[in-house]
Amino acid sequence: MSWDAPGGAFHPASAPDYVPLAQMRQLQLERLRAVVRRAYDRVELFRRRLDERHFSPEKLTALTDIEHLPFTTKADLRDTYPFGLFASPIEDVVRVHASSGTTGKPIVVAYTRQDLEVWTSVMVRAFAACGLNRGDLLQNAYGYGLFTGGLGAHYGAEALGATVIPVSGGNTDRQIMVLKDFRVTAICCTPSYFIHLIERAAELGVRMRDLPLRVGIFGAEPWTESMRRHIEIEGGIQAFDIYGLSEIIGPGVGVECPFHHGLHIFEDHFYPEVIDPETGHAMPDGEEGELVLTTLSKQAMPMIRYRTRDITVLATEPCPCGRTVRRMGRIARRSDDMFIIRGVNVFPSQIEAALLAVEGTLPHYQILLTRHKGLDAMEVQVEVTPELFSDKIGALEGLRQRLAYAVEHILGLKVEITLAAPRSIRRSEGKAERVIDRRNLTTEVLRENPSTVSVP
Amino acid sequence: MKIHQLSLFLENKPGQMIQPCRLLAEAGIGMHTLTLADTQQFGLLRLIVTDWEEGRAILEQAGYLVNVTEVVAVEVADRPGGLVGLLDLFEAGGINIEYMYAFTFGREDKAVLVFRFDQPDAAIDRLRAAGINVVNGVELGTRIHA
Repeated sequence: MSWDAPGGAFHPASAPDYVPLAQMRQLQLERLRAVVRRAYDRVELFRRRLDERHFSPEKLTALTDIEHLPFTTKADLRDTYPFGLFASPIEDVVRVHASSGTTGKPIVVAYTRQDLEVWTSVMVRAFAACGLNRGDLLQNAYGYGLFTGGLGAHYGAEALGATVIPVSGGNTDRQIMVLKDFRVTAICCTPSYFIHLIERAAELGVRMRDLPLRVGIFGAEPWTESMRRHIEIEGGIQAFDIYGLSEIIGPGVGVECPFHHGLHIFEDHFYPEVIDPETGHAMPDGEEGELVLTTLSKQAMPMIRYRTRDITVLATEPCPCGRTVRRMGRIARRSDDMFIIRGVNVFPSQIEAALLAVEGTLPHYQILLTRHKGLDAMEVQVEVTPELFSDKIGALEGLRQRLAYAVEHILGLKVEITLAAPRSIRRSEGKAERVIDRRNLTTEVLRENPSTVSVP
Repeated sequence: MKIHQLSLFLENKPGQMIQPCRLLAEAGIGMHTLTLADTQQFGLLRLIVTDWEEGRAILEQAGYLVNVTEVVAVEVADRPGGLVGLLDLFEAGGINIEYMYAFTFGREDKAVLVFRFDQPDAAIDRLRAAGINVVNGVELGTRIHA
């Protein structure tokens, strides 16, 4: 592999990030034709949908023809659980990962050996864009396991030639000890966890900004410019946003360069479109909409026009860093009601199921997300119903605990249950506003950093 | 002999008490006693009113969650040891007190205790057998407002 060539370190300028646009579009078209053919021949669901549209892979003669292809959604992965969208026989699948779904069943994704090589190569390019190289010590605090974050970052950093410390998530005091004692120069984790590390370090008498740590690569949850400033000042580092999702590959779909003008998408492997989430029609570059990604080189599980539900914009004008690939704005919000808290995907329907399980009735409820000292907290406000109401404090406290336990059991996340008076939770036009996100992510991005992606 | 007590669920924030009190006042319903039990998160307002049925109707109409509980009011001597004698009685009978509150009304050296028992009828039998005055709703009103 070129990034591991003997006698020389990987240099990002050798990556496809810099090829002339015409050449990139040609490459994308060739790969798109190949991946659509592969999916058509090997994935029943995709073949049926294409046949229904009287479209065939040969009709793809230009990149714009992608609009004729059907979308793939998270529901498709759920409906074909676990292996229904595989385009490779199990003999060729060398790894699977899984992420949380809406119904308790995870979503399973698969990789051939070549898929893993592609994943590693985009992670090498991502780390290189963040200024990492041989000689860097990377503390990988993403969870290792079914979650793609841990292993994805691990193999990418190793291939780049950095020294990987596979500490995984959790155990904050040990993280701080390693950061300090190993003279770590780079870390990857969620941004909120890094803020937690800064605060815990201070309690232990360690000033993060006095440590050799110089780079942080943060992803797996939305964050803001004000968080970046806080992290950079208190952590004494430069902070980079990395984007990815298991369905496409894991981390490594896109990353910021040192200019922090949005995230460069590795579009030789992941073809981006932005669509109107209501109509499904393409939006012009520079206009906000839902990000749709097509994996151009995936073998085991090609994703054709996958609806990410992430709202962003695409920017085409050149970046001062010289990369020619398009950039996406930082994810401001999602087009469905799923939210991400502490790196965990949560759907209100999961919380609904937990509430329903406790007393057999579904009270009116609302989820309140807050961020305190950099850590996200989730509160579920539950309206007390006549069935649930008791004259005894102990009974009501017991109810609260049962509800909290049920939600924590399903999500694996700590939750605060608040009992609310009947009709005290606002109803909006019949449809309940289930999630109130006071973490203030969207508005901060738009207000404080309107030039994150400069729109022509 | 049992008295109907109204319990209201209130959120633990300013201004929650005034509205139910105002509704009752406007309907001409008096309060014999009230007590507010609170936790960090919510409060329970327990009321004994002059007309519990009307009181409940008014509060429910206004959207409150109202729980009607039967409690027992007992008159005891307002002096040291007055309560101990009662508690001995319940303990001997294996009767559990779920909660209670007490008040005095500045007359006759008497205090009134309001109990919620797990077995109110058994408690009343024991009290009567011991010759202790169990106060009904009408009496409660006359004692307080006399």
